[in-house]
Amino acid sequence: MDGNRSPRATPPPLQELLPPLSNQEAVSESARCLMCFDAPCTHACPTHIDIPKFIKKISTGNLLGSARTILESNLLGATCARVCPVQELCEGACVLGAEHKPIAIGRLQRHAMDYAYGRKIDIFIPAKPAGKRVAVIGAGPAGLSCAGELAKMGVSVTLYEKRQLGGGLSTYGIIALREPMDIALSEVAMIQRLGVRLESGQEVGVHPTIAELQETFDAVFISAGLGRTPLLGIPDEHYILDGLEYIEASKLQPSQLRVGRNVIVIGAGNTAIDCATVARRLGAEQVTMLYRRTENEMTAYPHEYDFVKHEGVAVSFLTQPVRVHLERGEVKALECVRMTLGEPDSSGRPSAKPIPGSNVVLPCDQIVKAIGQNKPDLVSRLGLRTENGFISADADFQTSSTGIFAGGDCIRAHGAASTVMAVQDGKLAARSIYRKLVNHG
Amino acid sequence: MADLSINFAGIKSPNPFWLASAPPTNSGAQIHRAFEAGWGGAVWKTIGAPVLNVSNRYGAWRYGNEKMLAINNVELISDRPIEVNLREIAEVKRAWPDRAIIVSAMVESEASAWHDIIRRIQDTGADGIELNYGCPHGMSERGMGSAVGQVPEYCEQITRWVMEVAKIPVIVKLTPNIADIAMPARAAVAAGANAISLINTLNSIMGVDLNTLEISPNIAGRGGHGGYAGPAVKPIALNMLTALGRDSVVGPSRLPISGMGGICTWRDAAEFLLLGASSLQVCTAVMHYGFRIAEDLCDGLSNWMDEKGFATIADLVGRSLPRVCDFKDFDLSFKAIARIDQEKCIRCELCYVACNDAAHQCIDLIDQEGRVVLPAAYKERSNGKVTAISSRPTVVVREEDCVGCRLCFNVCPVENCIEMLEVTPDRPSITWEELAHKNPEVAADWEQMERYRQKMGICIH
Repeated sequence: MDGNRSPRATPPPLQELLPPLSNQEAVSESARCLMCFDAPCTHACPTHIDIPKFIKKISTGNLLGSARTILESNLLGATCARVCPVQELCEGACVLGAEHKPIAIGRLQRHAMDYAYGRKIDIFIPAKPAGKRVAVIGAGPAGLSCAGELAKMGVSVTLYEKRQLGGGLSTYGIIALREPMDIALSEVAMIQRLGVRLESGQEVGVHPTIAELQETFDAVFISAGLGRTPLLGIPDEHYILDGLEYIEASKLQPSQLRVGRNVIVIGAGNTAIDCATVARRLGAEQVTMLYRRTENEMTAYPHEYDFVKHEGVAVSFLTQPVRVHLERGEVKALECVRMTLGEPDSSGRPSAKPIPGSNVVLPCDQIVKAIGQNKPDLVSRLGLRTENGFISADADFQTSSTGIFAGGDCIRAHGAASTVMAVQDGKLAARSIYRKLVNHG
Repeated sequence: MADLSINFAGIKSPNPFWLASAPPTNSGAQIHRAFEAGWGGAVWKTIGAPVLNVSNRYGAWRYGNEKMLAINNVELISDRPIEVNLREIAEVKRAWPDRAIIVSAMVESEASAWHDIIRRIQDTGADGIELNYGCPHGMSERGMGSAVGQVPEYCEQITRWVMEVAKIPVIVKLTPNIADIAMPARAAVAAGANAISLINTLNSIMGVDLNTLEISPNIAGRGGHGGYAGPAVKPIALNMLTALGRDSVVGPSRLPISGMGGICTWRDAAEFLLLGASSLQVCTAVMHYGFRIAEDLCDGLSNWMDEKGFATIADLVGRSLPRVCDFKDFDLSFKAIARIDQEKCIRCELCYVACNDAAHQCIDLIDQEGRVVLPAAYKERSNGKVTAISSRPTVVVREEDCVGCRLCFNVCPVENCIEMLEVTPDRPSITWEELAHKNPEVAADWEQMERYRQKMGICIH
């Protein structure tokens, strides 16, 4: 029986949201691209992928060349094709966007990446050994990008990862709806095939120590990401689930994840939206996000907010948790206080102040918090210069300690952190490290 | 409302749109449905010599999202028994007395064969006959079709045989696979034909399958040239149409011309009429979309004629023809320059790269401070839509250097964004013909040319 014509079975709740483009869809969409010269989409992309070039190659059926074009600028093209906020980047800059529909750049990129990974094609061959050794700490997007770029140039790279799997947030922290775990893991495997040695389950600082690494390696690149979810500082907080762990469970063991019937998600960033989506898709009847400020200040991308509203998630603005209400040791409700906006705080956003006596009790049976991440854990142990708790790095990604470089979320003291920014950091840092080690530049 | 009816060499039809002799006019049943859809006439698929067809007979040229920019075919003339065709022609004509039924014919080059087929066609009550001198494949290998059309003497001889017995109007259909289209047309005039039609299909090979290395379309491992038609051939057809209108013999003969070759829309149709066609034939667009396109062909043409104040088709036939001339008669003092409407410009920079790489390097990228910048002048660490859009340079024509070549205008994807602004000529009007007559040394010698340019203030950078 023709699978395509049979009545569609309900897809698994966390299956990748967007289906792959068929070859015809991809060719047709790529033919719409105007092929702008010096294109704004390429400028808007933090890794500056030559987008018209890879799209043209899709239209001519040169998918191998298309994949190479993408990967030359961005080794994690398969992840970025899925997780990039394209509305804010390439597609947002598309000249057809103003009055027409922008080109579906993300989905076309995924089409080219799926071609290469689907056929197990390795695009790059490492250069001859450069006689240098670099340790990379943290196998998230920045670390993978840096390690892969260095390996391409013939540098011997060992990649230390404290978790069991590489990929960082792409593996553990992005819901499968956006990026299935096997995509991130195939990128890790591709980086390994470039000659990068992955030492997983090894937390640098404990074993090995930075000092040990500095003895063995010519340079160290720190791409350790950020720390744990901060504390709210309210009574019985330990009954509140950690958002990143919630997402991780939905990827690693979705059948084991217990989802409440009436779930509250604290926070209004992209992770909060992902938590709310997971809860809703895995059966929660009611999901409410809480945010102490208003829609104007929320850090989630507008398209993500639109998405979660369509998922049937409610958002309660100007609301801040005060305490967890328990009954026989189980979450029964979350008491909150209503807020009002005041003068701008140090972040530049209006401060949120509680309105005395405005407490409300919101019934719920599960609470998840996704209120950002703490500053990188590693920083304090290294004695590197910091800025707002982030590692301080110069334009060459050099930290205050010679031979130690850093990039990715752990240096993102300003601006929004994103996967693609981390990939670009890794790429530029690799070039900088190579310049210093090999060219002594 | 405009009157779309025509009288073409005595053949009347309620509108100028006829189905060309081709697969859509293969049978009475099809033509019934075509007339129901509003077609003014139909040229019955060529009847004549016995044939056998092959599979995979149509190829198409896909380009971008256009599925059938052109079609090619190795289909022969009608493969249905001639008696069946003749019976159905008579039935359709009886059922549709107000529509034009023209029967295309092609037989071996014998007077008796032509006399016979013409008489049999006339017995059906058809309104006219079209002589197929155009088919470029298969039939031509047997000495018919374009094998006749490519030799003016054969055209004339066969047309004379036909005219000996013809009692209804005879149209000679020409092949474009010839160096000078006027020559076979003159033969038709000389032989006393009543009208001409053009163009038949062009010789073509559609391509090679890059997986199998077979010719596409593949006919049992082989392939060959076929007749090429569709939107892609329209400019070729228009050129041949005007070549007849401007020919010193064919033009003054006032022989009506039925135009075809890539007509898909009423706009195409209007252009054919303006350049001298007085009936129109359509095939590929019907092969793509079916008979239903007749509605907009008529409706669109009628609305346009009303808007322009043309009451009848005759009012507009050939109206633009006098504007067609040779290069030597162009006014060399004419000057236009490109101007980009910055409000409409979407900053795709296609005009910039076209001008820079392929024309005269006279479009600049200008940054926010008004400085000329190179492409990709942004910093590697900058990104995001806001930065990318706000820092995008504007694209400005350096008007003093613009030669007005019009390449930018052609590549611009935005309607009315680039205007070819006509500027007051800075020197007196002169054509090459006049210049070469007045100053023959300028036309013959580069030094003299340089001197002439200096004198006239012509600066070519």
